[in-house]
Amino acid sequence: MTEETKPTSILGRVLAWGLLITLLALVGMQLRSSLQGVLTRGEQAPDFTLVTFDGQTITSADLEGKVVVLNIWASWCLPCKDEAVHLEQAWQHYQSREDVIFLGVAYVDTERESLAFIAEHGVTYPNGPDLGTLIYTSFRARGVPETFVINKLGEIASVKIGPYQSVQEIITVVDRLLELE
Amino acid sequence: MRIAALVIAAGLLLAACAGSPAAAPSAQGAPSADEVNAVAKNLYCPVCANVPLDVCGTAACAQWRGQIADLLTEGYTEQQVYDYFAAQYGQGVLAVPPARGLNWLVYLLPPAVILGAGLLLARNLRRWRQAPAPQGKAPATEDDYTRKLEEELDARR
Repeated sequence: MTEETKPTSILGRVLAWGLLITLLALVGMQLRSSLQGVLTRGEQAPDFTLVTFDGQTITSADLEGKVVVLNIWASWCLPCKDEAVHLEQAWQHYQSREDVIFLGVAYVDTERESLAFIAEHGVTYPNGPDLGTLIYTSFRARGVPETFVINKLGEIASVKIGPYQSVQEIITVVDRLLELE
Repeated sequence: MRIAALVIAAGLLLAACAGSPAAAPSAQGAPSADEVNAVAKNLYCPVCANVPLDVCGTAACAQWRGQIADLLTEGYTEQQVYDYFAAQYGQGVLAVPPARGLNWLVYLLPPAVILGAGLLLARNLRRWRQAPAPQGKAPATEDDYTRKLEEELDARR
């Protein structure tokens, strides 16, 4: 009797262990991604595609050789309102340069509210929705506003968690990167 | 004259009745809060983890409910609203994830675990039933010992 059930028993054990190991691997992967934290200086910026509200498609490949100020915001985010003014003023400062671009990424926002926010704060740099929250996820953001400044080599040069408090704060970061070339 | 008045009154009543459905499209055009919430309860805003959209009190969730109302007004079906939100904000916003890729685990694992546990329980129950029940008296050695003890106690009395 015992000898007859042995092969089934072994198969059952193999299946049970296989299932357990698979589950542990999945949990481990999930834990790893959630414990990674935000991107840090020196890391290569993730590839992304932003389709702006006016239909323009901007990919990270298009931005090679430029300093990119990528701001993740939302219309329902109160600190984003003051920051939008600072970012726009900083953008006006650099707009004539070919090697600096500002991008706005609307996170978990409705298009109507995003466009109202953009109009209200007079934002003129390219802005688009974070479709599928892919940009937010790939940059490992943890909230809004968060701003990632990418140098001309495509590396993360600065991460600002929370809002910029002044135009000068933004200009200091961007100028430092422009001086490095 | 009276008959004429009655005919006119009946005609007006008929016209009023016939006219009332004309108001229906505008009533259908703007979905009620209940209709919006019926869709919203199956969505989760990423900002407010584990709070269904219909009861979430943040500004972001209020905007999303407004978006649902807009889409329903445009004639979107419930499924089309879910598809729209999944495309805009990712599949994580859906209360019921579509059965694709790793999502299959959500559907397969619970029944598999229950089935496995049931099989294990059934097998063990069968084994317990088949296990030989303790038969006869206690081991003879114990009997002998008790008997001897009793004899010695009797001898001392």
